Amino acid sequence: MKGAIGKIKIAFLFAATALFLAGCGKENLTALVPKGSSAQKSMDLIILTTVVMTLVFIVVMILFVVVLARYRRKKGQEDYIPEQVEGNKTLEIVWTVIPIILVLIMAVPTVVYTFELADDSKAKDHINISVKGNQYWWHFDYTDDKLQTSQDLYIPTGEKVFIHLLSNDVTHSFWVPSIAGKMDVNPENENTMYLEAHEEGVYWGKCAEFCGPSHSLMDFKVIAVSPDKYKQWVKDMKEMDPKEKPETTVAQEGQKLFEEKSCIACHAIGPSPVAVGPNLTDFGNRTKYAGILEPTKENLVNWIVDPEKEKPGNKMTGKYPNVSKEEAGKIAEYLMQIKPSSVTPETAGK
Amino acid sequence: MSTTATQKRSIGAVLWDYMTTIDHKKIAHLYLIGGGFFFILGGLEAVVIRIQLIKPDNDFISAGLYNQMITMHGTTMIFLAAMPIILALMNAVLPLQIGARDVAFPFLNSLGFWLFMFGGILLNCSWFLGGAPDGGWTSYASFALTSPGHGIDFYVMGLQIAGAGTLMGGINFLVTVINMRAPGMTYMRMPLFTWASFITSVLILFAFPALTVALFLLMFDRMFGSAFFDVTMGGNSVIWQHLFWIFGHPEVYILILPVFGLFSDLFSTFSKKRLFGYTAMVFATMLIAFLGFMVWAHHMFTVGLGPVANSIFAIGTMAIAVPTGIKIFNWLLTMWGGNIKITAAMLWALGFIPSFTIGGMTGVMLGSAVADYQYHDTYFVVAHFHYVIVGGTVFGVFAGLHYWWPKMFGRILHEGLGKWTFWLFFIGFHLTFFIQHFLGLMGMPRRYWVFLEGQELDLGNWISTMGAFLMSVGVIMFLINVIITIKSPKAPADPWDGRTLEWAISSPPKFYNFKQLPLIRGLDPLWIEKTEGNGKIPPAEPLDDVHMPNNTFLPFLMSLGFFVAGFGFIYQTDHKLMLLPLYIGMAFALGCMAVRSFKDDLGYYIKKEDLEREAD
Repeated sequence: MKGAIGKIKIAFLFAATALFLAGCGKENLTALVPKGSSAQKSMDLIILTTVVMTLVFIVVMILFVVVLARYRRKKGQEDYIPEQVEGNKTLEIVWTVIPIILVLIMAVPTVVYTFELADDSKAKDHINISVKGNQYWWHFDYTDDKLQTSQDLYIPTGEKVFIHLLSNDVTHSFWVPSIAGKMDVNPENENTMYLEAHEEGVYWGKCAEFCGPSHSLMDFKVIAVSPDKYKQWVKDMKEMDPKEKPETTVAQEGQKLFEEKSCIACHAIGPSPVAVGPNLTDFGNRTKYAGILEPTKENLVNWIVDPEKEKPGNKMTGKYPNVSKEEAGKIAEYLMQIKPSSVTPETAGK
Repeated sequence: MSTTATQKRSIGAVLWDYMTTIDHKKIAHLYLIGGGFFFILGGLEAVVIRIQLIKPDNDFISAGLYNQMITMHGTTMIFLAAMPIILALMNAVLPLQIGARDVAFPFLNSLGFWLFMFGGILLNCSWFLGGAPDGGWTSYASFALTSPGHGIDFYVMGLQIAGAGTLMGGINFLVTVINMRAPGMTYMRMPLFTWASFITSVLILFAFPALTVALFLLMFDRMFGSAFFDVTMGGNSVIWQHLFWIFGHPEVYILILPVFGLFSDLFSTFSKKRLFGYTAMVFATMLIAFLGFMVWAHHMFTVGLGPVANSIFAIGTMAIAVPTGIKIFNWLLTMWGGNIKITAAMLWALGFIPSFTIGGMTGVMLGSAVADYQYHDTYFVVAHFHYVIVGGTVFGVFAGLHYWWPKMFGRILHEGLGKWTFWLFFIGFHLTFFIQHFLGLMGMPRRYWVFLEGQELDLGNWISTMGAFLMSVGVIMFLINVIITIKSPKAPADPWDGRTLEWAISSPPKFYNFKQLPLIRGLDPLWIEKTEGNGKIPPAEPLDDVHMPNNTFLPFLMSLGFFVAGFGFIYQTDHKLMLLPLYIGMAFALGCMAVRSFKDDLGYYIKKEDLEREAD
């Protein structure tokens, strides 16, 4: 009997949590289920301000309903002339002072948190990553380790990772809702913020500043892994040999085509400080292709043949000679087998 | 000028009359027609946006067209719909409320309208000439400089011309309130709508020049090779954001304060009570206007201004809640103990209270900088500003139109249809926008052409689109109401048992408004005369000849000149030959100014004998 109740209780709790989470959006994307310290701070303030403001709203609504219920004109009252009240000083003071107190209650933690989040004085003791925004992709340069990736940003859990944001073209905004609020990526001045993920996972990142036709397709992922895995990943990435010959002949032909079709002019494989196009060092492990496409060969072929169709206004279209579907298939074969590390998005927390 | 006479005149004569008119009441009609047209246009653009977002990965319109839609929806609604319709209400009512025969500068009034109209048309010509602007209504410089084609150029020139018109309107109403009040109409006896319009005019006077400057800099960057915002040449694009929001934030108050004023008048009239806390209301309005200039950087919390700036602007933003709260509570206390009659106009006013309170709540929440790092540029912000601008300004415009329609057109809008319009629009509005708060926090940034599958954003977007359809039905119902009202019986002078001066004269008023300037004995002058006098406003002067200005075609021609020059500015980057329309247009406009300056136009007098023959 007791066990049954316990089971029902657990089932109920489970259902309630599921329902709550469903209403909060997709895990690792929504800001409503914070998984990082900055997102948690934002959430604290969201809850505080929502509670205070809801109280005010309830007071207004009670007054509103009472007024309407009591003083709505009734039949036979058409000629009734109410007393012409000028006002009331005490009331005016009351509804001036109480809101001032409420504003103070919200303002103090806001200021404290604003300064806390902006503190980058200890950045030197942590991992620093330079993030470059481009129409419509993201470049990540691990300045301390001298290695580069694009689209997938690997960070260790449980520690602050300072990112330095700068744009190569127009203003973008770097947003990983579950881990941290957003910060603009300006072309003229570098902004610094930190990411601190509490647990492993693949977190969705988005561009939040209107930057052109494919603004809505400028997704990226933050892959938070344990510090050990992170060390392994850095080691693998550094030891990766960009010249390595693939096993299959198709992929070998793809490697050749990659050079012949001048893909290599923009896309580096292996460490390279220059990034005209996304760095493809860990391409085989990407969560998505071009930031948005499911990682299948078909999608990759379509992308290589006609990127304009997938991401309107992108800067890759027209920068290389015509690639047939067959050739694109070979290039895809080559790219998809570049898997420099055993630490992949799949191993993050799962 | 009776209505029967109007009907007898040919369409051409009516058109000519409106094109040359400098009568504030007819200019109000023009503003309403122009603003109404653009409101419908902007609404259609909104529906297209919502259809595109009805399901994930939709391909109803292309990315480029979508960006043009969002840009033009925002730009149209703010500059070409909301502002002109508010100016329509100001024109229709403000001179009557202070007992004036017209605004201070009738010529300027007409010029302001035609500049707005031609600016709006110029902006919308872009649709047919290679694509509308696509930089968002904020047109942030770093992207706006790179946008190909002439879209952004149309944005710059169209808004520059329309903005000049608005600035003139603001100056005009300022001088009107300062100089044209009837004897006895002291500042502290002015109705709240007049007060709010007066303060709004101050905001226009100080805010619009910032926009003018920003647009000029962008114009030079795009058309004449300068580099104010071009980072690669040593410029700085964040400066655009500052300039834009130094204008843009007060702009929000320009949209909302006049309707605060008109709601104050409505609550008082339909509760049969004088406004509770009149003085507090006036000073709260001033305080909101003042603080409105101090908070522009809360649109820029994520730009990286640093914690000091962010904290200051956060506190400033939250502080605005205090005077706004004062207003809400005074409205509620105005109704407290009253005799509330729920007409269609009052229904819009009542619907405004919960809707706007939610918009104000989320405003304070957005003010908390660290929380804003999550809200910023997401659908949460979209929800917030629609709650303020639709739940405030648009509700206010509908309330004002239902309330003042008899004064503007001499007919009362159908009450039943008006209430239906309200309920459809009200439910549709909350359905569209409430869910968007959550969509934003669930990770949907604004200005997204598509949202991809598998992000649990589908249901919310679907609900939002359904709400948009419901709002559209509401607007169509209002249009039907307007059409059937043409045939309804003539309205009395004072259909709502009004309290303020505009209800003391016929509906619609004679073209000279007041035969004799009225003598004002206190706040709510008509109410005072109804309760203490004989219900008639006493005259402040003996009956005498009335001096009136002549109609003129010059404002239309001047604006036409700028309109032509606008095309010249835009296309001279393609071909030097296009400098020709630039010079011709500018020369034509300047020529019209010369004519205006050197030709004496002394107006005419309505003879005392003619006035005596007219019924009251």
